Amino acid sequence: MATWTWFHKLASPPHFYRIAGTLTPWLAIPAALLIVGGVYGGLVRAPADYQQGDAFRIVYVHAPSAWLSLMCYTYMAIAAAVGLIWRIKLAHAVAAATAPIGASFAFVCLATGSLWGKPMWGTWWEWDARLTSQLILLFLYLGYMALRNAFDDLQRADRASAVLAIVGVVNVPIIHFSVYWWNSLHQGRTVLKEGGPGMPPEMLIPLLMCFFGFTLMYGALLCVRVRGEVLIRERNAAWLKQLGAPRAA
Amino acid sequence: MTPRRKRLAVVGGILLGVAAATTVAMQAFEDNLLYFYDPSQIQAGMAPADKKFRIGGLVTPGTIQRTPGSLEVRFVVTDNAHSMPVSYSGLLPDLFREGQGVIAHGRLQNGVFYADEVLAKHDENYMPPEVAKSIKHPVNTTTAGTTGYAPENPAVGGPSTGAPPPSPQPHAAGSLAEQFSTADSIRKPGGPT
Repeated sequence: MATWTWFHKLASPPHFYRIAGTLTPWLAIPAALLIVGGVYGGLVRAPADYQQGDAFRIVYVHAPSAWLSLMCYTYMAIAAAVGLIWRIKLAHAVAAATAPIGASFAFVCLATGSLWGKPMWGTWWEWDARLTSQLILLFLYLGYMALRNAFDDLQRADRASAVLAIVGVVNVPIIHFSVYWWNSLHQGRTVLKEGGPGMPPEMLIPLLMCFFGFTLMYGALLCVRVRGEVLIRERNAAWLKQLGAPRAA
Repeated sequence: MTPRRKRLAVVGGILLGVAAATTVAMQAFEDNLLYFYDPSQIQAGMAPADKKFRIGGLVTPGTIQRTPGSLEVRFVVTDNAHSMPVSYSGLLPDLFREGQGVIAHGRLQNGVFYADEVLAKHDENYMPPEVAKSIKHPVNTTTAGTTGYAPENPAVGGPSTGAPPPSPQPHAAGSLAEQFSTADSIRKPGGPT
C-alpha cells in the first residue's frame, strides 16, 4: 500500500500539526483579502437590485454562509466516516473541529435570511421546505456537539458522534434540492442556475469573491481548530513535550 | 472480510438504509411537504377543501382592485394555465405588485380564495434597475403574446385568459413565470395519486 503513505503521514498528529501551522497564514491572508474585496464590491460598488433595492446585498453574506454550512457538514461526515472505518484519530479531530464552524455558518445563514425575509417576503420565518431543512442542519450540528460533550471518553465520543454525522448527511441533498422538489417560498439557485447566473457580472464577481473568501476562511479556521484538537488529544505525547520544552524552559 | 472492510460495509449500510428510509418517508408525506398549491393543482382538486392552505402564483396584471378607505384588496393569481381570484384585507409585503409571484394563506369559498396572509415570492434573478427597464420594454411590446406572461403589462391577461404555458423565454424577462414553471415541471404527470 505504498500509495497510501502520504495519507498515513498526513494522519500522523505531529506531521499534521506542523503542516496546519504553516498553512494557516496562506489561507487566512487570501481569505481576508477576498472577503474585504467582495464585501466592498458587493456593498459599495454593485448596483442596487431592480426589485429589492439595497436589501439584496444581504446575499453577499447569506449565500456564502449557506454554501459553507452545507460544505462543512459534508466534510464533517466524510471525516467522521474515515475516522470510523480506518480508525484514524486525526479524522475524528477534523470532524470535531469542523462542527462549530459549520454551526456558525448555518446560524448566520438563518439569521440573515430571516432579516431579509421580513421586508421581502413579508415574514421572518415560514415552515417552508428549504427553511425547515436548513434549521434541521443547525440542530444536527448542535446535536453533534452536544453528543460529543456527553462522553468523558474521547474515543467513545468520536465513534458515537461519527454515526450521527453520517446519518445526518442525508439532509444535505434535501436542503440543496428542496426548492426544486417541492413548491417553496425560497427562490432557486442564482449562481449555478441553468443557462448561466441570474445576475450581471458587477453583482456576481463580488459574490464569487465572497464565496472563495469564505471557503478559504473555513480552511484557516479549520487549521487553527484542528491544531487545538491535536493539542488536547496528544497532551501526554512525547513529541508535544519536546515541542513545548524550549518555551517552558 | 477484514475488520476494516466490515466497518466500511457497516457505514455504507447505515447510509443506504437512512437514505432509503428518508426517500420513502418523503414520498409518503409528499403532499404535506408542498408549501403551496398552484391554481392548476387546486382546479384538479388536490388542495384540501375543509382546511386552510396556501395558493401560489403570479398576480395577473390589471386585476388589483383596492377598496378606498380600507386595507381590502382583490386580485387574481395565475399560473398561466388556470387563475383564481383572491380576497385579502391587511398589509402587503413591499414586493407585492402586478406580475409578482405571491403566496397567500387562507381558505377557498365559492371559487374565491379568502386570504389571511399574503407573502411575496422572490425569484433567483438580480439586476440593476436600468437593465430591468431595458429588458422589460421590448418584451412587453413584441413577445407578450407568446411568452404567456409579461411583467407589469396591463394589456395581457384578464382573470382567465387561459394563456398557454410559458415557452422558452428570453433570459431574465421570463423570470417571474420561470419560478412557477419550475414547480410545474416537478409535478407528477399523473396528477393526484
